[in-house]
Amino acid sequence: MSELLRRYGHTLTWTFVALTAFWLLVLVILPQLYLLEESFRLYLPLADIGGPRDVYTLANYRSAFEQPMEWKFWLPFASKPVILPIEAPIRVQVFVHTLLYSTVTTVITLVLCYPVAYYLAKVANPKNVPLLFVGLLVPMWVSEILRAFAWFIILAFKGPLNMALVNIGVIDSPIRWMTGFNSVTFGLVYVYLLFMLLPIYSAIQSLDTNQIEAAKDLGAPGWRTHWRVIIPHSKPGIASGCVMVFMLAAGSILVPTLLASTQSRWFTEIIQQAMFESQDWNTGSAYAFMLLVTCTVFVILAMRVFRVKLSDIAR
Amino acid sequence: MSAGVDLQNVSCDFGKFRAVDKANVSIKPGEFFSFLGPSGCGKTTILRMVSGFIDPSEGQIRIGGQDMNGIRPNKRPTALIFQNLALFPLMPVWENISFGLEVRGASKDVRRAKAEELLKLVDLHDSADKAISQLSGGQKQRVAIARALAVEPSVMLLDEPLSALDLKLRQHMRAELRAIQKRTKVTFIYITHDQGEALAMSDRVAVMSQGKIQQISTPQEIYNAPVNGFVASFVGENNIFKGKVTSIDSGRCSFETDVGAFTAALGPAVDASTIARLYVRPEYSRLQAAPAGGANSIPVTVTDISFEGNFIHVHAADRTGRHLTVETRNDGSVTLPAIGSAQYLCFDAATARVLADQGMKDPGIDE
Ligand SMILES: Nc1ncnc2c1ncn2[C@@H]1O[C@H](COP(=O)(O)OP(=O)(O)OP(=O)(O)O)[C@@H](O)[C@H]1O
Ligand SMILES: [Mg+2]
Repeated sequence: MSELLRRYGHTLTWTFVALTAFWLLVLVILPQLYLLEESFRLYLPLADIGGPRDVYTLANYRSAFEQPMEWKFWLPFASKPVILPIEAPIRVQVFVHTLLYSTVTTVITLVLCYPVAYYLAKVANPKNVPLLFVGLLVPMWVSEILRAFAWFIILAFKGPLNMALVNIGVIDSPIRWMTGFNSVTFGLVYVYLLFMLLPIYSAIQSLDTNQIEAAKDLGAPGWRTHWRVIIPHSKPGIASGCVMVFMLAAGSILVPTLLASTQSRWFTEIIQQAMFESQDWNTGSAYAFMLLVTCTVFVILAMRVFRVKLSDIAR
Repeated sequence: MSAGVDLQNVSCDFGKFRAVDKANVSIKPGEFFSFLGPSGCGKTTILRMVSGFIDPSEGQIRIGGQDMNGIRPNKRPTALIFQNLALFPLMPVWENISFGLEVRGASKDVRRAKAEELLKLVDLHDSADKAISQLSGGQKQRVAIARALAVEPSVMLLDEPLSALDLKLRQHMRAELRAIQKRTKVTFIYITHDQGEALAMSDRVAVMSQGKIQQISTPQEIYNAPVNGFVASFVGENNIFKGKVTSIDSGRCSFETDVGAFTAALGPAVDASTIARLYVRPEYSRLQAAPAGGANSIPVTVTDISFEGNFIHVHAADRTGRHLTVETRNDGSVTLPAIGSAQYLCFDAATARVLADQGMKDPGIDE
């Protein structure tokens, strides 16, 4: 703080502080608090607001657990759902799928990004790295909607991907790509790839190359060098990439809407339905908070399992 | 167990820049061999070629007689100690040391036992479970040595391993390293820019400059009979006179300078046509009140005296202002000349060498 004061003087420093405080308080905390309060109230006609029926209740939260029905469970990359022998509320089903496929998305992004990040950080000629980064970043300048929609076109049953594959003879007949959660997962992976790549890249980059060479010199093959030296060092980067991609995927609305198959519903769509189709902000906010809290708990549990500390991520 | 290392015409180019130029060395099994040279002369590059991290642009490297071309670093019988040690900070000391055994599939008990044994060897007891960050510089040094020894290499490669330590510890570790080498009988290839280190520890030394090996010899030979101006001035101090060879007679020559003619031993590759310099060590120079018959002598004025305890350095200037030094052992009876007094600086022809400028980056160094 005194460092800031010394560097920028009083006027500028207090302006920074005031703007940050304004952003946090007015644009982040207050709206959230408003929604939190709303989530405990009923959706009432205007005349009843403030009247005897306007009480604090958990009814909105309870409504998530209504309407039990046959549980059609989609396993990753399956073309047909498994019918589970139990019934579950429809929103819970959607919720479980959302968590599962956010996790699948995170894992796929991680598997794709780690080798690329390693290549960029330690293998590629440093002279070419800026160019490679431009190549990676330019597609991200296009808006998320357009990128997701592009995949909608590419993956369509009569779309260019199937045409190309049939024409070069890789497959005999077109494949229905957009079944189950395939297309949604695919779209999410594509859209959030960079959020995984960048933290892992900077983590690997900060590793002293001599350590990699020392491991090799002691006889370690590549995989052991990764397992014992590079991955432990880049764990904070991997963790923050995973947390970001998971949270973004679970909270994404565009991709699940645009790239949905007839069977894949995302929990955010349920929130959106409540808020904008039913105009029921109270229930919508209740669901939104359920998503937020559960995802946070899920992430904390995952961090426990993989022995990642919060301070690692903040580093 | 230990193996010899042969470099045959080994060069290394980085783009247009030639970092190592046609190195030819034959290092014997069990030898303590040093590469000595100033910063940037290509020492690390040579070591990295031997360990396999850089492929030579030309030439051949053999370890234990076997051509190393195409053999990856993890398959070579070498262990490298890095300039910055490169210990694994996220593993405790014993896992660092036993990493090489872990790679070879040894069980945990075996690894632990080996780590303890090596920790004893490098005189670091009770540190097996410490974190690397808890160690002092000298202790890290020992762990790095133990880690390299754990894989039982035939050749140990050490890249200025003592440069980060303070003087006291450095001297202690010198002796220690030498002792470890004698005990394990592994071939040590040691890199340093510290001449004292190279001379004190090595069986043989290669002096390098600008990617070229200038001389390979025993420490005594390097110091007493340098082959060119670079080696003479990089290793030890000298009084230097620039001039011209006028006549040559069976290893001796007459050498003409701006302060008079001298007789001196003739170094290799010098004849009447080469620009050359005469080098004489301060400890072979002496000051006298009158010119000495039979020896070289020139009139000088004493400018300064520095008393170093066991040695006394007398600084003087000849009539061109050239800075000259005389080193005398302090045997308790020397009488020092007064500052400003006129004296004669004398040296015997056998102790002075006329050497070519070859190998020098800047031939104009303190003449
Ligand atoms: N990867 C590289 N690409 C280009 N030039 C390099 C590379 N590695 C080293 N060099 C150059 O090669 C020369 C020799 O480098 P090297 O690291 O072998 O020096 P050194 O003798 O070990 O010096 P120091 O005592 O400072 O460690 C230097 O001029 C350096 O700039
Ligand atoms: Mg070096």
